[in-house]
Amino acid sequence: MEFLDYAFMQRALLAAVLVGITAPAIGIYLVQRRQALMGDGIGHVAMTGVGLGFLLNTSPVWMATGVSVVGAVLMELIRWYGKTRGDIALAMLFYGGMAGGVMFINLAPTGSNANLTSYLFGSLSTVSESDVTAICVLAALVVLVTIGLRRQLFAVSQDEEFARVTGLPVRALNLLTAITAAVTVTVAMRVVGLLLVSALMVVPVAAAQQLTRSFAATFAIAVAIGVSVTIGGTVTSYYQDVPPGATIVLLTIGAFIALTALATPLARRRARAAAAEGASQSAGDPAECVIPASREAADRAGV
Amino acid sequence: MSSEPVISLRGVRAELGSRPVLRGIDLTVGRGEVVALLGANGSGKSTAIRTVIGQVPVSEGEIELFGVPRRRFNDWRRVGYVPQRTTAAGGVPATITEIVASGRLSRARFGMLRKADHAAVQRAIALVGLADRAKDSVNALSGGQHQRVLIARALAAEPELLIMDEPMAGVDLASQEVLARTLREQVAQGATVLLVLHELGPLEPLIDRAVVLRDGCVLHDGPPPQAVGQHALPGHDHVHPHAAHDAEPIRTGLLS
Repeated sequence: MEFLDYAFMQRALLAAVLVGITAPAIGIYLVQRRQALMGDGIGHVAMTGVGLGFLLNTSPVWMATGVSVVGAVLMELIRWYGKTRGDIALAMLFYGGMAGGVMFINLAPTGSNANLTSYLFGSLSTVSESDVTAICVLAALVVLVTIGLRRQLFAVSQDEEFARVTGLPVRALNLLTAITAAVTVTVAMRVVGLLLVSALMVVPVAAAQQLTRSFAATFAIAVAIGVSVTIGGTVTSYYQDVPPGATIVLLTIGAFIALTALATPLARRRARAAAAEGASQSAGDPAECVIPASREAADRAGV
Repeated sequence: MSSEPVISLRGVRAELGSRPVLRGIDLTVGRGEVVALLGANGSGKSTAIRTVIGQVPVSEGEIELFGVPRRRFNDWRRVGYVPQRTTAAGGVPATITEIVASGRLSRARFGMLRKADHAAVQRAIALVGLADRAKDSVNALSGGQHQRVLIARALAAEPELLIMDEPMAGVDLASQEVLARTLREQVAQGATVLLVLHELGPLEPLIDRAVVLRDGCVLHDGPPPQAVGQHALPGHDHVHPHAAHDAEPIRTGLLS
């Protein structure tokens, strides 16, 4: 455990753990809403923030937070108002964000594409003291929202139309989800990088749901996977001199494959148990196996 | 039936895009009444219901819920809504209990469910006959059982008014009977019901009044029309494939 002796590794590990918690925690709601790639889009937009940070000589982390929050809110607004041409508008937002980042960083006196690379793919050794402070504050915010408002976010992500009729402020909650996702992107930026953030939001959730039946269990297992792979990836990159972001993402995909392989026999066993239970108390749903009796081929629309 | 209407629409017009879907609808549902909205595909019956809950904006006319203009109405615990869905599932596994519990949020403060709320959720699940499967994932359910989950979710708040959009579409016979029985119990306890139906089917004996729409206008408002021909046969199951709202082939998830 000699890697714990170095201050930069302590900072890196702290950042990694926070990313492992927050990315799947907000990612699960994005997956539930079937917007799995939203994190990727926000990552592109955040590049403009990084570029602006260099250009204006302010903290790239805070600048990226600001810009990606604005980008996420714009994406949400496009979703409301621009259904027909929405995909084109989103494409312009994403690639405009990316181009803006490259442009600004090259205009900046201290910036170059090399600086940008550390934000695109993550770079643990350069995580500074002030970065860690920012990451802690932002991660606390994300955890507060994703756990404190879990019932509301679950309802809105599950069925927006129904949520409206329970009196929930659907638009506000949608905006909050978008903003929280944007904040998470910047939390994860230093560790896995902007281009790989989305993987850590989506893949642990996908891996967890191979095993689970409930939302709560999916949430817990996804966060557990997230923390394991970020710690594992960080430590591996210390010993093997491999890029941490890529290591973490590959480990996550490995976890997905392993759990998928594990899930097949598990599902079979569950089905067998359910069948046995059904046989012992065959009251269940007797007509469930019966084909509806009076369907006719030449059914005409009526009333 | 008391004098105060639970739902009242006066001269309601609505457009989807630039296409007029409702061209001046008048509809009143009194307390304790069971009203069926009938009509062919595209006649505007789903849109009419969705203006009531505020999902579709109204371009002209007035809507009142419990005597309060819909814009100012916020007592949603009195309303249970069953949207037109073929599935209760989302992108992440969820148990029946978790989904039905989201229907109780209208009675929960800050999203905190208390003991009484959890009990109400389990009661709603038992009402639709899924008590023994409460902890199962909805992904493991049949189409009819999905519909039962959606109805349990609407019942979880113990509403006075039930609004349902085609609750019987694509539902197997066993589930149709469970749904008809559940609805009968709700009506017996004084619930008011407005529901969209393709045909009256097993719910026929419950229905007080039928409103038939055609091209966004009210064609008939009165006693339910008699079914004729093959539609009158018992057990006639009339299922139209509706394009699910989320059925487009390529989904990046960015626009949904």
